[in-house]
Amino acid sequence: MPSTRPMARIDDSMRPRLARHVRMRFDAARGQYALLSPETVWVLNDTGVAIVELCDARHTIAEIQSELRSRYDQVADGDVRRFVADLVTKHGMEIDHG
Amino acid sequence: MDKPYALLAELTYACPLHCPYCSNPLALDDYRDELTTDEWQRVFAEAADLGVLQVHLSGGEPLQRHDIVDLVPCANKLGIYTNLITSGLGFSTRRAEQLRDAGLDHVQVSIQADERDLSDQIAGTASFERKHEVARLVKQLGWPLTLNVVLHRQNIDRIGAILDMAAVMEADRIELANTQYYGWAGRNRAELLPSRDQLERAETVVRAARGRLGDRMEIIYVIPDYYSQYPKPCMDGWARRQFTVVPNGEALPCPAAHELARGLRLPSTNVREHPLEWIWAESPLFKQFRGDEWMPDPCRSGDRREIDFGGCRCQAFALTGDAARTDPVCHLSPDHELVEAAVTAANDPTRPRDGVMIPRPNPGRTRSQIPLEVRR
Repeated sequence: MPSTRPMARIDDSMRPRLARHVRMRFDAARGQYALLSPETVWVLNDTGVAIVELCDARHTIAEIQSELRSRYDQVADGDVRRFVADLVTKHGMEIDHG
Repeated sequence: MDKPYALLAELTYACPLHCPYCSNPLALDDYRDELTTDEWQRVFAEAADLGVLQVHLSGGEPLQRHDIVDLVPCANKLGIYTNLITSGLGFSTRRAEQLRDAGLDHVQVSIQADERDLSDQIAGTASFERKHEVARLVKQLGWPLTLNVVLHRQNIDRIGAILDMAAVMEADRIELANTQYYGWAGRNRAELLPSRDQLERAETVVRAARGRLGDRMEIIYVIPDYYSQYPKPCMDGWARRQFTVVPNGEALPCPAAHELARGLRLPSTNVREHPLEWIWAESPLFKQFRGDEWMPDPCRSGDRREIDFGGCRCQAFALTGDAARTDPVCHLSPDHELVEAAVTAANDPTRPRDGVMIPRPNPGRTRSQIPLEVRR
């Protein structure tokens, strides 16, 4: 049975944060940043690191997107939303409701 | 060669539970000369140098090692993500608070069923109530709650009620993993392997529960490989992403490789005799099935060798006596009839209802890591 879940619906006003059991660290042995959870290691590129650092339950997706645009040249529309949706779907990030 | 991401640290095979589905080796007494606190701390440091990012603290019951409160902070200081895999027995409030303060990242609690009598019967000891207390404590102390329920013929029909129980317990994740037939589970296979009807009903229930509970609880369902067409991508490849160190210090590429390693009669991979770096990169045992050079046909010529890596070496060894053969689970394996025979027996309508299972014994511990506590 496929274990795929429908992609989480994320809109630009949401304020994501890392799930409680997930943390980011620099992986010195491989020279890259990684997100760690009990069963999964997500390898991050520079943009990914910047997004994760801004996912603090205060910044909205729209704010993170514009902050990223100011730092990097190649940030396409929806990049942050897709990145967050993927991690929310895999329970690496959460959106506080209410 | 890749660097390992994860270390499964089996601290002890002592365990107060007697689950017949346990995948620990039958020769439990061979592993009683346990690594000391200092030796484990050295293993963690060497593992971190090798690139390990996660340590799963398991056993047996890892809380039987009272020095767990010294091992967790050691791993934590090395930046390693720590995951405690426990039955819950030994997870007292005091110990739990110590572990939280030591930086333990995650706790996974096993439970055997949704009803006390069945859960205690499978566990071979009264533990159901305690596990519920432990689950509450885990949440109180701010960890997410992951429950692990090993599924088999005796509890898989309860899967709906198990999921409802997990929702009431406010579990954040539940792993419903069908039994893998190693160690004691291999010995008890005839009584553990579910029927095809049972599995189909379970999958329907899981699908419905994902729709109902999926946004507040992550539901992980691991299918039994005996009923799949192709083998599981065991360990994501031999000695590729992770390895195990068992209580007496032997390092293994897979947590079920004890007997396979002995059968090959290769040089020792004990951490007491070699640095981990040598074991990972150079030891004949770890190199034995790394990559695809070793693969027989149909694996070598198939287009799935990068998907399932030839399946599970330990299963090939357990079923055929030859670790280099294709995993007999694969429908293309020349030994597939071994798996088919077990599946046929599990689905035989005339089979006796309740056979006897051998409970996994508790070997206890020979070496105490802490001085005797004096009670007043």
